[in-house]
Amino acid sequence: MDLFQIIDDIAKVDPEVYDRFDSRRAAFRNFLGFGKKVSAAALPLAVSTLFNKAYGQSNNLPQIVVDTLNLALQLEYLEKYFYQTALASNILNPEQTGAINIILNDENLHINTLRGVLGTQAIADPTRAGFDYTGSQNRRRAALFPTLGGTTSPNTGTFSSVADFLTVSQQFVDTGVRAYKGGAANLITQKDILESALNIHSVEARHSSRIRSLRRGGIQNTAAPKSWITPDETTSTPALPNNGVSGAPASVGPYLAGTPAASFPAENNVTQGSAAVNVQTVVTGQSFTVSGTAGAEAFDEPLDAVTVKAIAKNFAADPTALFN
Amino acid sequence: MHNQSNHLLPIEAAGRGLATPVARRSFLRYTGASLAVGGLLLAGCSDDDDDVDPNSNTTDVGQGDIGILNYAYALEQLEAAFYAQVVAGGTGTFFAGASAGEKAILTDIRDHEAIHAAFFKAALGSSALPARVPDFSGIDFNVRTAAAGAAKMGVLDAAKAFEDLGVAAYNGAGRFITDVNNLVLAGKIVSVEARHAAAIRELITSNTFVASDVVDTATTGKEKSKRPPEVLETANKFLATGSKLRAPSFA
Repeated sequence: MDLFQIIDDIAKVDPEVYDRFDSRRAAFRNFLGFGKKVSAAALPLAVSTLFNKAYGQSNNLPQIVVDTLNLALQLEYLEKYFYQTALASNILNPEQTGAINIILNDENLHINTLRGVLGTQAIADPTRAGFDYTGSQNRRRAALFPTLGGTTSPNTGTFSSVADFLTVSQQFVDTGVRAYKGGAANLITQKDILESALNIHSVEARHSSRIRSLRRGGIQNTAAPKSWITPDETTSTPALPNNGVSGAPASVGPYLAGTPAASFPAENNVTQGSAAVNVQTVVTGQSFTVSGTAGAEAFDEPLDAVTVKAIAKNFAADPTALFN
Repeated sequence: MHNQSNHLLPIEAAGRGLATPVARRSFLRYTGASLAVGGLLLAGCSDDDDDVDPNSNTTDVGQGDIGILNYAYALEQLEAAFYAQVVAGGTGTFFAGASAGEKAILTDIRDHEAIHAAFFKAALGSSALPARVPDFSGIDFNVRTAAAGAAKMGVLDAAKAFEDLGVAAYNGAGRFITDVNNLVLAGKIVSVEARHAAAIRELITSNTFVASDVVDTATTGKEKSKRPPEVLETANKFLATGSKLRAPSFA
């Protein structure tokens, strides 16, 4: 990453960029490495802080924008520690390890990006201990996935099942894609933030596609799951507890409806747009007929924040501390 | 404006016609009463030729949400036509040596893109621009991936290009959408295109579902979105003369 080039590129669209940065010479020199060393790992956060000083709007963001981005940030942390723990568990084969390393790198960068936009309004890092991937909420109840942390110290334990890890990975990332999609509407007045969110959202969808191909034993395998969501997943995926979240549907899950269901339908939905087009039957006059599942596959559905929180709270070590 | 197909641009053809001498009496017949001339002028402006700029031979996608929807409709038509031809094949169905997994993936994508294009056509109704005519002369439908330096792209090369372009396009168009319902629709489609892109990339090379050419893997982790004019520069290479587009309202 060439910081000089980045700033020069910005100067092309914002000639006053140099004036926006912290003009204290000592502070700026530190970023250029003349002063105390800035470690490579700290550089992204340092850079995002630098730009946040220049462009950060955290003091002026509407609350709905802050809340939307903080929910996204919590989901990124959920995924970050999940992938980090899997890698530390030494259960993945080389192909899976390669993929998860790429995904984890993206999640770390997403965290930096979101924290940069939110500034002082970003939620605190929950740390690994903030999550219990067994679903027992740190032994408050029976585990949903005991292999994803064990039963002794589920919010610090390693994973012992690749299949369970990949299953829950898919559910996390598909929930994340739906959450970003559902949250985009809240960002419509903040064009730059909206574009950033869309640009994170599509990367999460790339992740989902890859996780699904890992689950079926490789990109070439014709077994389920497909790289896209299929309508049977709505009915075949076990629902999760809704943790009593006010307003959440009784049954929640990554492929089920949110609330209201008309705006946040289940993933097997085939009615799209204000004209209520049936996308399973809309293709006519072609030499081929689309498959019976193509209509549902062709569109991913958004999910409302309430339902997202209900789903995610299942994996908080303390269900009152996160996803509120 | 550079014309890659070397066909006469409409304005040049018209000029050649105007250079033909017209007898004075015949000229008067053509100019005649202002009503007749007005009628001729109006007859010359069909709805189909609404915003064709004769200097660049491109059609303006339009303004507002309708412009964005027509932009998306055009890109989906391109993808739909491409995959329909992929499945139909070059010298047989699919490219030589296509595996069962590849056929399944490409057939699914063909179905999805056909649905996307048909959906936009239905949603746009009378506001839809005329159908695009693709130009896939740069793609060899019998080749899976082209060798370095080959004259034509292979099927997976082109698929990767179209899918990555589609994702960047939807993400770069989001800021121009004013009706939140249209934003939601674009969101529902772009994640599916990203799933496609990742799958195609995996078919080509393992663990390239995310890579630095399309995602900033160094600093932000974000997809590299593109504004409509930049997208159309690439898309126009796959649209026939007379089907190319411009998007000055969305720079």
